[in-house]
Amino acid sequence: MTDSETKEIQVKPKQEVAAPAEQTKPGMVFTPSVDIFETDRELTLLADLPGVTAESLTIDLRENTLTLTGEVEPFEKANEEDILIEYEIGKYYRQFSLSSLIDQSQIDAKLTDGVLRLTLPKVAEAKPRKIEVRT
Amino acid sequence: MFYRRLFDFPTRGLRSPLNELARLQQQMDKWQGALSEGAFPIPAAGVFPLTNVTEDKDNYYVRAELPGINSDELDIQVTVKGISISGERKIPVEGNNVKYHRREREAGKFSRTINLPEDVDVNKVDASLNNGILTVTIPKAEIAKPRQISIK
Repeated sequence: MTDSETKEIQVKPKQEVAAPAEQTKPGMVFTPSVDIFETDRELTLLADLPGVTAESLTIDLRENTLTLTGEVEPFEKANEEDILIEYEIGKYYRQFSLSSLIDQSQIDAKLTDGVLRLTLPKVAEAKPRKIEVRT
Repeated sequence: MFYRRLFDFPTRGLRSPLNELARLQQQMDKWQGALSEGAFPIPAAGVFPLTNVTEDKDNYYVRAELPGINSDELDIQVTVKGISISGERKIPVEGNNVKYHRREREAGKFSRTINLPEDVDVNKVDASLNNGILTVTIPKAEIAKPRQISIK
């Protein structure tokens, strides 16, 4: 990321989820922006979830589908009147299919300043192994 | 109110059924626009960070979503007429041996200035950054506050 020194952030409107499933609660649902990267040992997911607290975040992994759900409590007081509204407040929802086998007992999640860092270690069998070729 | 009338900002929100209707209308317009122009409109000023400004009797509240930004990377300046928020969002490099599958989070500098409709009291401004949401509470200047007038 050498060019980030001079680059200006481009504005990106929040992406509303089309329809994850029938909603039981009213309100809008957004797709969080994520970075996903992989090393030999683990898969790491970083997600921007502004307004989500550790208590209101649900991370669910079953049958290779990872589901992130973050509830956001409206932080405006009832008696406030809008002057300029550029973004909506709503919950976050996103699903991922994981290709490699994940060691479910070793998953580590950290939420700091509205950014989730999810570390998903691969199981031993899925880690690449160097095969010696004998001559 | 002043802003809305002047610039016709999108006033989306789920605060009343009327707003909800307006939102629907807006969405329809958006689809129509997408068909004819082939592009989605950028909301409001189109400058990062997207900002919500609200007011009550005594204060203005300026809120922006700034996930992953430390308070020391933010520079907030308030004048009598408005507020400017600038800073830089840094995303640390994650080693050399990583293979990216997705890269949607953006890093870079940002700077945004917002004019407020009425004069404010610059001495009692309060700012907090919680879970990636910046809230700046700016008290209105005494002269700009509404006053109850009793009829004799």
